[in-house]
Amino acid sequence: MAAPKANLETLPRSVQLALMMGLVALAAFPFVSSDYYTEMVTRMMIMAIFAMSLDLLQGVTGLVSLGHAAYFGLAGYALAFLTPESEPVNLWWSLPLAVLASGLAALIVGFFVVRTRGIYFIMVTMAFAQMIYFLFHDNDSLGGSDGLYVNFKPIATLFGWTPFDLDSKVTMYYFTLVLVVAVYAFLRCVLWSPFGRALAGIRVNEHRMRAMGFGTVGYKLTAFTLAGALAGLAGYLTGVQSGYVNPELMGFHMSAHAIMMVILGGMGNFAGAIVGAFAFEYLLHVFKELPQVGSVDLGKHWQLWMGIFIVGLVVLAPRGLLGLFGRLRQSKNAKGDSHE
Amino acid sequence: MDLANFLIQLLNSVQYGLLLFMLAAGLTLIFGIMNVVNLAHGSFYMLGAYLAYSLSGAFDSLLLAILVGTILSVLFGLALERLLFRHFYDRDHLDQVLLTFGLIYIFEELRSILWGDDVHGAKIPDLLSASIPLTEAMSYPVYRLFMSGVCIALAIGLYLLISKTRLGMKIRAGAFNREMTESLGINIKLIHGAVFALGVGLAAIAGMIAAPISSVYPNMGSQVLITCFVVVVIGGIGSVRGALIAALLVGLVDTFGKVLLPQVAGMLVYILMAAVLLWKPEGLFKQ
Repeated sequence: MAAPKANLETLPRSVQLALMMGLVALAAFPFVSSDYYTEMVTRMMIMAIFAMSLDLLQGVTGLVSLGHAAYFGLAGYALAFLTPESEPVNLWWSLPLAVLASGLAALIVGFFVVRTRGIYFIMVTMAFAQMIYFLFHDNDSLGGSDGLYVNFKPIATLFGWTPFDLDSKVTMYYFTLVLVVAVYAFLRCVLWSPFGRALAGIRVNEHRMRAMGFGTVGYKLTAFTLAGALAGLAGYLTGVQSGYVNPELMGFHMSAHAIMMVILGGMGNFAGAIVGAFAFEYLLHVFKELPQVGSVDLGKHWQLWMGIFIVGLVVLAPRGLLGLFGRLRQSKNAKGDSHE
Repeated sequence: MDLANFLIQLLNSVQYGLLLFMLAAGLTLIFGIMNVVNLAHGSFYMLGAYLAYSLSGAFDSLLLAILVGTILSVLFGLALERLLFRHFYDRDHLDQVLLTFGLIYIFEELRSILWGDDVHGAKIPDLLSASIPLTEAMSYPVYRLFMSGVCIALAIGLYLLISKTRLGMKIRAGAFNREMTESLGINIKLIHGAVFALGVGLAAIAGMIAAPISSVYPNMGSQVLITCFVVVVIGGIGSVRGALIAALLVGLVDTFGKVLLPQVAGMLVYILMAAVLLWKPEGLFKQ
């Protein structure tokens, strides 16, 4: 029997089927839900893009970045800066520009961090993210600690023709859904491309990859930049949806939340990241909306419940939901083998 | 900048650097010996500060509060190591990041439940509340000198403990080769517990002596934690000597940066880190 794999790259049929059903459910959701829940699921989908971008580093390449939120937030700020005082900005050039800005920042930071390994990588990514956080937090010309407003949602006019209007919550929902599917399809292609195989090789054994002639630093830097750019896509959408950006988007809690999402669903296949993002955002919502019991407002102490949940998860199910599934399958396979 | 002002800033930077060292030393030891990323280390600093605030109120003496607080935090460290951290030494760094991040949330919320979200202060003892006049207009508070003194005494104690005592020898042996040390009959679990509690104790003492001048406020741990990460990265993981030099360097850059280049002061230490990483990717004093 093959050695147990920490990462589940190929998705079993049943999971693929569940994903298809999930997509159908998502496509039908706005027809049956209220505006409030449509907005909530839009936010979950944005987080799914963010989590998938981190999964490229964390699950595929084996690089634990504790500063991924910096690139997420930067694109949101880019949208805020690009939006003029009294009119909307055009979607078709502001979106690529914001994504490019995040990618560029990731390229510059990546230049320093991909040389480091293990614990160093964790600490250095976190430190650089914090540097970007303080740059925006301490400078009033960049919004300061209050952040900036995005006065108008971007307008999707193309040569005088406006195919859709992001002011509508339902349109925003479908726009995000299309991007989730596109990012997922793109990342699955990357995963099985020669480039993606090289990244997986780096995760398993970087020394051997280098011995075989792969310039691992270049591969890691490319992955870091790509992940930063995709995080920027999610950050841009967050700016569009909420209408403001603040330094908390780039903070270290946000980065840790992204790690949680990827872990929660299972790493290295992007489907897990989507499931994890939905599960995490939902849990956050549940914990924050906990009722008042006696004189104690349980929802106010959501950090306590979230902390206990996180600690419990690492102690009990370290490889997340899909990991649990994989472990069950493996033990079933092992039983099958012993019967033969 | 005239001489007196320069002297004050220099003393401040040394005092800040030494305080950072107290945290970074524990962090780097826990990294180096148990191979654990501890994001919750800043919470121990916060714990110390809040203990100083509560206990100095109860005992009406900061020194007694520091004494009792140190004992309490060391016991807390021992219990935490026994219950949680011990099971994570051989786990993935990713799991350690998550565990300690979850702990930050738990500690912050418990702090909020126990002490509330207000900013508090601790009183400087009368004995140390004087100031030394430097010029007619400027003077330097004795308490800051006392802080530096405590940190230097503990740094010397730490040095002696690690390089001169039997326990220190066992710690170094355990860091060098864990299996071999164990097979020589040394109880490595006991050593690990002691090192962890030592780290918690140092961080809590730093929080306690800093409480009177920096005030006691929510999330005070997270901020200082990230600066300590920078210190550990610059100094090299596992190196206490590296942590000391890096902490003084960071203190110097941060303090003088705030005076000379206030616009970019928040970023200067990170730029310093980037420069060191370019020059020596594994820190100045890699073990």
